[in-house]
Amino acid sequence: MKQPLSHPGLNLGSTDEYSHDEAEPVIFGFWVFLMADLVLFALLFATYASMSVQGQAGGPTPADVFDLPSAFIETMLLLASSITFGMASLALKYRADGPHLVFWLALTFLLGAGFIGMELRDFQTMIAQGATPQRSGFLSAFFLLVATHGIHVTAGLVWMLVLLLQLRVQGRTTAVKLRLMRLALFWHMLDIVWVCIFTFVYLFGVAL
Amino acid sequence: MNGDAMSKPHVDSYAQDLRSYCIGGVLALLLTALAFALVAFGILPLFERLVALAVLAVLAVVQIVVHFRYFLHISWRSHRDDLQLVLFTSLILFLMVGGTIWILFNLHERMM
Repeated sequence: MKQPLSHPGLNLGSTDEYSHDEAEPVIFGFWVFLMADLVLFALLFATYASMSVQGQAGGPTPADVFDLPSAFIETMLLLASSITFGMASLALKYRADGPHLVFWLALTFLLGAGFIGMELRDFQTMIAQGATPQRSGFLSAFFLLVATHGIHVTAGLVWMLVLLLQLRVQGRTTAVKLRLMRLALFWHMLDIVWVCIFTFVYLFGVAL
Repeated sequence: MNGDAMSKPHVDSYAQDLRSYCIGGVLALLLTALAFALVAFGILPLFERLVALAVLAVLAVVQIVVHFRYFLHISWRSHRDDLQLVLFTSLILFLMVGGTIWILFNLHERMM
């Protein structure tokens, strides 16, 4: 029996009706959390927008310290990981067993880990140039905003590892499926936040 | 909660869902690459500064809509309060971010 779209993210309705019925309230609750998390990010953005212009304190400007090509590669890595997570969601919905789900999740994990690795390397380069968070209000706001996103991604990676383990131990129970669906929403949302960071922090910083 | 008369029964299939992610992925990659190219290859400095920033902001907003539509599957068809929640959150964000920037930059100009 086909079901109408009824909650954010991929719906399991057409292949697993029981899990689909369980999903609606749980996913909606998680959706409320994600919106609240967006408010947190928005305020960090607002702080950054003011600080990056008004709080340079005679120190380096955004254009001095940003490595745009590196930020572009990071964007591509995160975008690719969003797509591979989409493939994992499809495997969860349409392939009852087989290695597809674990393969796509593992690939998503590697892309996410690559993103974090590059980000840490960028931070290290900036700090080596003397652009530390203590240097100016602009740099405090920059590290606060970008690292908050990085910590979210790291939490997503830990979450992914735990779910890979649960998939192995518990198999594809309804509980594990619902957790995967929430992780998918979390992951896609972090990609949206990064699009904003790439545009309003990196591109704006260099273009100004 | 579900199956109200307003929503047409949505038939989803593997091919359709796969297409959704592929369209979303391609659009997102193109939009990111376009925004990056505009800045990295110095096309933007030809514009006036405000126009340049506006072009980048519009590209970002379009990409966000693409992500919501194709990755998170939020559309006019999604019922319950998902879309309203996104729109209301956007309104709150707009007020908070816009208000903060407006006030702080105004103050900054007066302090110069």
